[in-house]
Amino acid sequence: MKKLASPREFYRFSGQCIPWVWGLFAVAFGVGLVDGLWLAPGDYQQGQAYRIMFVHVPSAMLSLGVYVLIASCALVNLVWRIKLADVIASVSAPLGALFTGLALFTGALWGKPMWGTWWIWDARLTSELILLFLYFGLIALRQGIPDQDRAAKACSILALVGVIDLPIIHYSVYWWNTLHQQSTLLRLGAPTIAPSMLMPLLAMIVAFGAYFAAVMLMRARNEILQRERRAQWVREGVLNEIQF
Amino acid sequence: MLRKFWHYDLIACFRCRAELLLPVIFFVMVVALFPMALSVDPALLQAMAPAILWVAALLSALMALHGLLRQDHADGFLEQCLLSPVSLPGLIFAKVWAHWLVTGLPLTLLAPLLGKMLYLSWQGIAALVLSLLLGTPILSFIGAAGVGLTLGLRNAGLLLTLLVLPLYVPVLIFGTSSVMTATLGFPVIAPFFFLGAMLVLAITFVPWATAAAVRLGVG
Repeated sequence: MKKLASPREFYRFSGQCIPWVWGLFAVAFGVGLVDGLWLAPGDYQQGQAYRIMFVHVPSAMLSLGVYVLIASCALVNLVWRIKLADVIASVSAPLGALFTGLALFTGALWGKPMWGTWWIWDARLTSELILLFLYFGLIALRQGIPDQDRAAKACSILALVGVIDLPIIHYSVYWWNTLHQQSTLLRLGAPTIAPSMLMPLLAMIVAFGAYFAAVMLMRARNEILQRERRAQWVREGVLNEIQF
Repeated sequence: MLRKFWHYDLIACFRCRAELLLPVIFFVMVVALFPMALSVDPALLQAMAPAILWVAALLSALMALHGLLRQDHADGFLEQCLLSPVSLPGLIFAKVWAHWLVTGLPLTLLAPLLGKMLYLSWQGIAALVLSLLLGTPILSFIGAAGVGLTLGLRNAGLLLTLLVLPLYVPVLIFGTSSVMTATLGFPVIAPFFFLGAMLVLAITFVPWATAAAVRLGVG
């Protein structure tokens, strides 16, 4: 496991993993799509329109999960000085922003027929919007600092300072009176959702997670090649394979 | 030792006394823009007063961050501090309190006058002053962390705003909710507990984080 902290080992290992992760994505996405769009029954209250949940919930969960990953990598980078952790954090930030934006957008699409409004300034939506701004801040700070090492440490500090928003987002539906509903999955006790709808939801969560893992690993490999471009293993082994 | 830095900082600030008034004048002008833009209806202004006053105070605090660590970085004082046995978190702690005394505190003291201009009730003004008293130091501390992260960068001002505004939002929310619950006559202790908790967290962690960021920016 410790060998993976070396960029070269990580490059080799992730190259082997990526096809499998894409395979997992294909299976889970196929199952989730068929089950969610055809096999799962309509909701007694919301009819067929609830099916956007199968996109909205996984993207929202991933928007929080990716930030937790970035904050963990920030901690590892600052405390143990493992540069690979910073590589993962830097490539995950745009992906996290994408998932947050997707969660807000699909939430608006769901809100209009169900709540009667595209947007409302309740605690859950507002704190998710703040999370989007935090991601933008991370991306902007990384691009604004020309020196690689300084950018790595500064973004790590910023990621750790912003982690306070995560419990606020998760518990916002309990601490405040919100229009957004409370948790059905991440709670003490059994999930409050029918099994016929739970299965496609779990499949889509796995699919989105696999998508993130695959794309993140591909971007991380690119970033490693760029950062280590003067190393011998890059020049000899990898660049020779690229056809111009 | 820290008292000396605090003392020197205050003397330096009072040397250019005209600059001290800038955040205050900005605060007054922004608050004055709203009655001009909206309408002179007292009921409307009274309903919007907590939000207007808090947003204006927040923007004035953001503008005032300009003078926090940048001059010290530019003339090499921070570099000297890194080379000396001075504790950098302690220095930053002293500097931020000195900065708050000359920027945040005048805003807090001017708030009752501006509150009355927007027809805010006396309970509302009391809650406003207390929320600003707790909230403006939090804004100064979080701003200090932002300034530390963006020391010497090209787009430092704009980047600072982008980094710091999401972190300012909880302070804004609790500040305005305290004033609004006070004007409605409800018990108002809960938002002050939150603001107090945020202040204690900021005082504890920010000097440390800012010192790490300064070491990055200078070294």
